[in-house]
Amino acid sequence: MEYAEILHRCFRCGFCKLPSDYTDINCPSYLKFKFETYSPGGRMWLLKAWLNKDIKTTPRLAEILFSCTACGNCVEHCVFPAFKEDLLNAFIAGKGELVNEKAIPPKVRDYFEAIYLHGNPFKRLRKNRANWATELNLESFSGQTYLFYVGCLGSYDENGQKMAYHTAKLMIDGGVSFGILGDKESCDGNEVRSMGEMELFKHIAEKNIQEFRNAGVENIITLSPHAYHSFKNDYSQLGGHFNVYHYSHILKDLIGKKEAVTSGTSIPVTFHDPCYLGRHNNDYQAARDVLRAIPGIELVEMDRTMNNALCCGGGGGNFYTDILGGGPDSPARVRVREALETGAEVLVVACPQCILMFEDAIKSEGISEKLNVMDLSEVVQSGLP
Amino acid sequence: MYELKYDKDICATCETIDCLMRCQYMEMDLESARQERERILNGEDSRVLTDCVTCYACEEYCPFNNHPFYLIVDRQEEKGIWPVPKPATNQQLVIMAPQSDIAPKKIQSPTINMCAFSMLEGCIRGSLFEGTSIISGSDIFCNIMWLHFAKNSTIRERLPKAIDNIREYYLKDSDVDELVHFHDECYGAYTHLAPAFGIEVPFSSIHLFEYLIRRLDDLKDRITPINQKVAYQRPCSSRLIPETQHFVDEIFTRIGADRVDRKYDRENALCCTFAQQAQQRDETADDVLKRNIDDMVEAGAAYCVFNCPACFFTMSEAVTNSGMMPILMSDLCQIALGE
Amino acid sequence: MKNIDKELADIVGSEFVSNHPEEKFIYSRDMGTMEPAFPDLVVMPNTTEEIQKIVQLANREEIPITPMGGGLTLSGLVRPLKGGIVMDLKRMNRIIAVNEKSRYVITEAGTSQGMLQAYLKKHHPSLKHSVPDAPPIATIAGNVLIHGSGHISQSGGFHSEMLNGMEVVMPTGEVVRIGSCATSPYWFSRAPLPDLAGLFLGWAGTTGIVTKLAIKLYPNRLFNDVKAFVTEDSEQVAEVIHRVTGTQVAEDVNVVMSSRMPGFQIVFMTYSADTKEELTWKRNLIRASLKKFIDDNVGGFMVVLPVLKGDFLEVPMKNITQFADEMQGGGFEYIGAIMPIELFSEAYRTGIEIADHFGIPHFIIVRVVGLGHCMMFAYAYAFNRADEADIKKVQAALEDTNRKVLQMGGIPWKAEAPAQKQIIEHMDPNTFALMNRIRAVLDPKGIMNPGNWEV
Repeated sequence: MEYAEILHRCFRCGFCKLPSDYTDINCPSYLKFKFETYSPGGRMWLLKAWLNKDIKTTPRLAEILFSCTACGNCVEHCVFPAFKEDLLNAFIAGKGELVNEKAIPPKVRDYFEAIYLHGNPFKRLRKNRANWATELNLESFSGQTYLFYVGCLGSYDENGQKMAYHTAKLMIDGGVSFGILGDKESCDGNEVRSMGEMELFKHIAEKNIQEFRNAGVENIITLSPHAYHSFKNDYSQLGGHFNVYHYSHILKDLIGKKEAVTSGTSIPVTFHDPCYLGRHNNDYQAARDVLRAIPGIELVEMDRTMNNALCCGGGGGNFYTDILGGGPDSPARVRVREALETGAEVLVVACPQCILMFEDAIKSEGISEKLNVMDLSEVVQSGLP
Repeated sequence: MYELKYDKDICATCETIDCLMRCQYMEMDLESARQERERILNGEDSRVLTDCVTCYACEEYCPFNNHPFYLIVDRQEEKGIWPVPKPATNQQLVIMAPQSDIAPKKIQSPTINMCAFSMLEGCIRGSLFEGTSIISGSDIFCNIMWLHFAKNSTIRERLPKAIDNIREYYLKDSDVDELVHFHDECYGAYTHLAPAFGIEVPFSSIHLFEYLIRRLDDLKDRITPINQKVAYQRPCSSRLIPETQHFVDEIFTRIGADRVDRKYDRENALCCTFAQQAQQRDETADDVLKRNIDDMVEAGAAYCVFNCPACFFTMSEAVTNSGMMPILMSDLCQIALGE
Repeated sequence: MKNIDKELADIVGSEFVSNHPEEKFIYSRDMGTMEPAFPDLVVMPNTTEEIQKIVQLANREEIPITPMGGGLTLSGLVRPLKGGIVMDLKRMNRIIAVNEKSRYVITEAGTSQGMLQAYLKKHHPSLKHSVPDAPPIATIAGNVLIHGSGHISQSGGFHSEMLNGMEVVMPTGEVVRIGSCATSPYWFSRAPLPDLAGLFLGWAGTTGIVTKLAIKLYPNRLFNDVKAFVTEDSEQVAEVIHRVTGTQVAEDVNVVMSSRMPGFQIVFMTYSADTKEELTWKRNLIRASLKKFIDDNVGGFMVVLPVLKGDFLEVPMKNITQFADEMQGGGFEYIGAIMPIELFSEAYRTGIEIADHFGIPHFIIVRVVGLGHCMMFAYAYAFNRADEADIKKVQAALEDTNRKVLQMGGIPWKAEAPAQKQIIEHMDPNTFALMNRIRAVLDPKGIMNPGNWEV
């Protein structure tokens, strides 16, 4: 297994479970399951034991590995600089071994199959991929400055579609030159990669790179930070070199250059940093700059913010497999409670996975009267308060 | 070996005894200065040997360039005086010892000598340092710091080896015979101390500030004057090479910095207090640091600029707490270049 | 063992009971060198009542229970030596109340050091607790119960001395309160009642399960600083400690010695103040206390540059945990010997001898406990977890260290099960007999962490 040489170097000291001020558990799967096995250190030692044949391949082992959301909290807070950068890589490699053994949770298997056959995890028709854009009469990409890549959730999930719509509308209004791929768009593959199916990821990425090249794409705006990460960091390893932007970067250029002057009423909002924008790509400011530029918005921070943000629990395919769902300690429910504690009335997100996870969590917590979840583009569009 | 080039007669006949009379840390009238001079010259006990805070300033004050400070350090060592307690000195001897991990490296001009401060290699960036080579590490440590520890013997032992290492590992197979020293200490070591001790130096030395001036002239179209008041903190080693001090003003002119007029600048500069702290003189250090920083603040400085990393690390917290920004000279130039 | 999974699931919920091989594997061992001992079940209760029910069930079925906090002793104290249930208490992590005026906090047993640290910083910034240098996921309760020490131990003593009271589930299932909380709504001290806390402190979980506890809090001052005093003569260090603790100014005094800087002993002293002037005054007191050594040229203060002070003032200090990667092997274990200050030099020389004998680089860190009343003298040995021979070598070094510590008159702290046996050999037989009589009364079925404190 790749990265096997670092497994025994983990001391299981547990810094990886926490944010930098140690407030509370910040590893999503350990937060939910509580057993040491579900912590990053537990995974390191179990993988070592599994390679040593001290434990066998079991559904439990698969659940432990696939409950990792690849949020990167462990990488951020591990105190061993010699190998911390490879913690997630080791977990992904471990998942990859289970993929090779066909010992993966059924929902993970379903996910891969759907992506392979349909180009999206929901088994939806490719021709419906651009339905969200009908009302906007968006142009197909044909050499405009930017390709707007909306991804699977932006194409098919109700909340994601709204995000895509608001973002596109703002870009039209702002005079941004862009087009979409419509039914030629396919899954970005980031979750496939984070779930260890490297062959499928390579297949997806190479197809996408070819599609982008054929269309003459040079600049890409993504709706999802996951796609942003993949295009920016992983596709380039496969020869796909594009200028990649997350939509928050574009919104920042459109409206986020000035500090707003607020008079009259204001509304408290809090921002949830998406893992693939924040910890994975060290961008914590663009969305905040946008929010600060909107008159009437009072930006309040949660205890765990920026590189310490608690993941929504949706990464690593968990928005689909739902291994971390259910119960008051699911990361999304903990996170919306944390948002509520700030006094915020709106939880602002910048990722279609986060909005999906938090919408469900707010319903489960029964706090929809007190807290709204909105994506950044919708906040801009609505011009709160 | 490596005898100090020192003329006893010059001192004996000196009428002004500037080395002692101008000392900022020892109060002395001319008569007592004469007595202490006699004691030092005769190898007797002198309060100068125990009270010296090793600021190096007397090397600058001596009108005859007769190395009074090097003599004081030699005398301290001969008499077994430990300005820094023996265990702390021995610990530093271990920490700063050459690690023998140097490897041959092909370099090109200009080459920046970072001495033992490898951790500051990140400062060598941007257009100021474009195309430069860097050398650094414990094996090329200039070792001048032992002047603070009454350890001229260590300088005599380790400096020639450092020079050999530079020649053997860097210069021999490269077409380079000139080094730009990032730090005053190295420039002082190779242009002042080494000749004083008869240590041969097989390369020529460029002071960082002279290099910066050349580069600023090359890049003058890109300079935006910083229009800020700046205080300069002279390091102790600049006392060995006062001829380089005009570079500070010349740099400031080029980048539009206004060097504040203050009491403890130029020949009246105060020590950063690292040496006093090492010598267990915390109260003196508190007093010197306060006077120095108050002086900068009263003069309206927005920046406190350093050449010496040790001064920077010693003073930066107090400088920041006083509302100024501590900054290395090269970084200040980079601000002017918009980098 | 009778199958009790379902009954446990009825008590705590099925998701918090496991007999999966993965949990059995992880909960069979800790980060040190002790051999694994596998549990039959791992259970994670959420309330005192659930613990009571589990204990009653275990009593009925005569199944061992090993209570577990952070599991970070490194000496294998939460390995279930005779199988049964490992009870991981980390779900019980509620901070119940902070009394600002009387400076104490009441918390559940699973609360981590880091969580309390962050909670106090946010809600009660004028207060702090004594944090050990264990990773922040270590629990408050676990560290108190093993007689731990931390960043305020020079002024406050062992963490067990900072204990005001406890709620305990007895091995037979009753819930008892210890300290003032047994009689009063306040958890302010263990005095003036008969002090029953000793029934649970230092017993390695063999006398009951602590579910709540109150510990003392201390002023958290704005200005913090550190001084470092270096000597080359270990004979001087006991006197250095004696003098500096005599000032009653330092909060934490540690001595570090390692093969990276052989022959030097570096005494680190942290202190804090409400004003800069007070900080300087305290520094001067510390300096004055050690002037003799400077005058004699046998010791001196190192210059700790402000940029480096953060590493020395960090709580907990991460670089102690980082020692685990010293051999690129993810492991270290140490013997923390509790001993009187005057044994410093002998203990130091012994440490060098042992390390040299086994060919292991020496790393010794000493924390002064109380005003120089005693010290925790830690001999730490890093090992490569992937190298069995290396582990065996360190095990032998640890065993040798335990033996020599006892010969010197020290006592291994949070001792591994084999070291507990060594301690018992040195113990007054009547003391051990009393321990056994007490345990027989408290735990008639012998279910609590059996295999510990046994011959």
